[in-house]
Amino acid sequence: MIDIIHGIVLAGLLVSALYIVRCRDLLSAAISFGIFSFLLSLEFYILQAPDVAIAEAGIGAGLTTAIYIVAIRGTTRWEEVSG
Amino acid sequence: MTMSKIVRTAAGWLFPFILVFGFYIVMHGHLTPGGGFQGGAVIATGFVLLIVAGSYGDISRRITKASLSGGETLGLLLFIVTAITGLALGGTFFANWLADGGLIFGNPVLFGANPGDLNTAGVIPIMNLAVGVEVLGALSVIVLYMLSGIAEEGA
Repeated sequence: MIDIIHGIVLAGLLVSALYIVRCRDLLSAAISFGIFSFLLSLEFYILQAPDVAIAEAGIGAGLTTAIYIVAIRGTTRWEEVSG
Repeated sequence: MTMSKIVRTAAGWLFPFILVFGFYIVMHGHLTPGGGFQGGAVIATGFVLLIVAGSYGDISRRITKASLSGGETLGLLLFIVTAITGLALGGTFFANWLADGGLIFGNPVLFGANPGDLNTAGVIPIMNLAVGVEVLGALSVIVLYMLSGIAEEGA
C-alpha cells in the first residue's frame, strides 16, 4: 500500500516540476511550485523524516510561494513569448 | 493587483488556526518532531498569508516592521540570557540549570514507554520558544519589506 502512495507522490513531483518549467502563466507556476513542495514534504514524511517534512512544508510550500507571489505583484503575470 | 474578498476572508479565518498549530509545534519541540525553527516557520507562514492576501496599506496598520524585528531581537536576547544564566549559576555556557529542579519545566523524565510529559527538559523548551519567536519575526519581516518595496513603486 505504501509503495503505491510512494509512486503516486513521485509521479506528482515529476508532473508538477514539468508544469513549473512549461507554464507561461507565472502565478500558476508559483502555485504549482507550492504543490511540488507539499509533495516533497509528503515524500520526506514517507521516508520517515518528519522533522524535515515540517520544515519543508513551512518554508517551501508556505514562505517561498508567498515570496514568488509578492514578486509577481511587482511585475506582470504572463511570461513574454521569446523568439 | 489586489486579492479577491474570498482570499482575504479565508486568510483571516485560517490565521488563528495556523498560529495555534505553530505554537503547538514550538512548545512540544522536546517531545515530538519539530521545534523552534519549524514551529517559527509555520507561524511565519500564517503572518505571510495575511501579508500576501491584503494590500500594504491594510497590513501596515495591523503588523508593523518594528514589532516583527522587535520580536526577533526579543527572541535572540531570551536565548542568550538563558545560556549565560547557566554560566552565572556556576555551570557551563548553555548548562541546563532548570532540569529536575521542580520549578518551571522541572519534572524528572519518566522511564520506559510513556506519552511524554510537557513539563520536563529544563531550559530546552524556553530556548525553543526563543528560537520560535526569533524565526517568526525574521521570516515575516523579509516578506513585509518586499511588499513595502513594491508598494513604494506604485504597482
